[in-house]
Amino acid sequence: MPHIDIELERLKTKLLEMWDLVEYQLQSGREAMLKADVELAKQIIKRDRKVNQFDVKIDRMCENFFALFTPVAVDLRLVLAVLKINTNLERIGDTAEGIARFVKKLEAPVEPQLLEMTKVLPMYEEALAMLDDCRLAFKNNDPVMAKALIKRDKVLNKIYRKSDAVATKYMAQHPERISEALAILSIIKKLERVGDQVTNIAEEIIFYREAKVVKHRGDKKKKKSSGKNGNNNNNNNEG
Amino acid sequence: MSKRIKLEAKDLNGYYGDFHALKNINIAMEEKAVTAFIGPSGCGKSTFLRTFNRMNDYIEGFRAEGEILIDGKDIYRKDVRVDELRKEVGMVFQKPNPFPKSIYENVVYGLKIQGIKKKSVLEEAAETSLRRAALWEEVKDKLHKSALALSGGQQQRLCIARALAISPSILLMDEPASALDPISTAKVEELIYELKNDYTIVIVTHNMQQAGRVSDYTAFFYMGELVEFNKTKTMFTSPKDERTQNYITGRFG
Repeated sequence: MPHIDIELERLKTKLLEMWDLVEYQLQSGREAMLKADVELAKQIIKRDRKVNQFDVKIDRMCENFFALFTPVAVDLRLVLAVLKINTNLERIGDTAEGIARFVKKLEAPVEPQLLEMTKVLPMYEEALAMLDDCRLAFKNNDPVMAKALIKRDKVLNKIYRKSDAVATKYMAQHPERISEALAILSIIKKLERVGDQVTNIAEEIIFYREAKVVKHRGDKKKKKSSGKNGNNNNNNNEG
Repeated sequence: MSKRIKLEAKDLNGYYGDFHALKNINIAMEEKAVTAFIGPSGCGKSTFLRTFNRMNDYIEGFRAEGEILIDGKDIYRKDVRVDELRKEVGMVFQKPNPFPKSIYENVVYGLKIQGIKKKSVLEEAAETSLRRAALWEEVKDKLHKSALALSGGQQQRLCIARALAISPSILLMDEPASALDPISTAKVEELIYELKNDYTIVIVTHNMQQAGRVSDYTAFFYMGELVEFNKTKTMFTSPKDERTQNYITGRFG
């Protein structure tokens, strides 16, 4: 294998290791939330340092690669993509840590009705599945899978959009559980961000494989359709 | 605004005896832009470069079919005078090749051959050319010293000054910096960047980064074929042909 390919393989392997850790952090966050496991939450918070170390290491590896190999074309796009995926993974790591911080405040496992009404669990499952599939798309250089992920983000957005009203209703019915409901609401908001970050990563995979910039395409469509509809301010498109 | 086409090849085929060195090449190069020719050794890029000033005429057994156009005129027509053509097309080679004469004599050599004798005209041309080649400050006090006493990088800029003295509109450069150290290379590259305001430049280079730094357009040649020709930015970020990608990323063969 040419030297340049060995170095690129090392870079990809390091990113996949980070990916595993971030997935593990997010999964642990789910466990901790369900069981109100403060000990597990503390471990997650502590382990975020490792995610940060990966972030710094991968940035440095990319910098060295640019300096030593002056990559072009597909190699250049790969390293640019790795840099951005790294940033997004680090943020998902922060999200897991943030969820753990909310869990630390829980006094007892979350009330089943609250879980049911807000759909936080299916949302959590989907966010985890998206992160895992995105890892596969990157590992297998699969832009088709990456494109499918961008569409899946809509499911998360839908749950998020309804969560305010659902939580308000729940809080009105259970005023003694307001802080718990607020914690779940915050977790839902964080999961919605995970969906956006997975979307960002999927866009980088498409850029790397196909040399196409697909980010902000949704915004363009929005502008076009609102322009065409003139006075139609009611915009139902997903962001 | 699309720029004017300065150099063009139409269905160009070139042969060294039986060997088919250039295969049906079609290309149109913009005026006052830098076009880089890249490709592995033996791909035909230097042969192609030399068709633009008919340097291949000297090579026994070489023949060209098709058209080479400068400003829309075919330079292989019978009534074209090669000496007139070369006033229009300057050339710089891989190794600096100053004449064993003074710096001044080197620069004004072409003008003297054209019959210009007036000292003031020659002196002015020498200064202008040396300034354009970014060499004036370094040599203005030793114009009558031997050109061979200059460093390699200075000698190459002297050769560029010599090429510019005859006021061409086109400059052909065949690996002009491959025998130079990084500082001299940087000076020559800087010079190319300056000169493109006034000249149409075609440069053959084996240095990918150099092609990226100095050229507006890049043409990739492989086994006598023009594989891909596009804006340099596009060639080095998202080339269309897999052969181009393999070559520029260093994965060829």
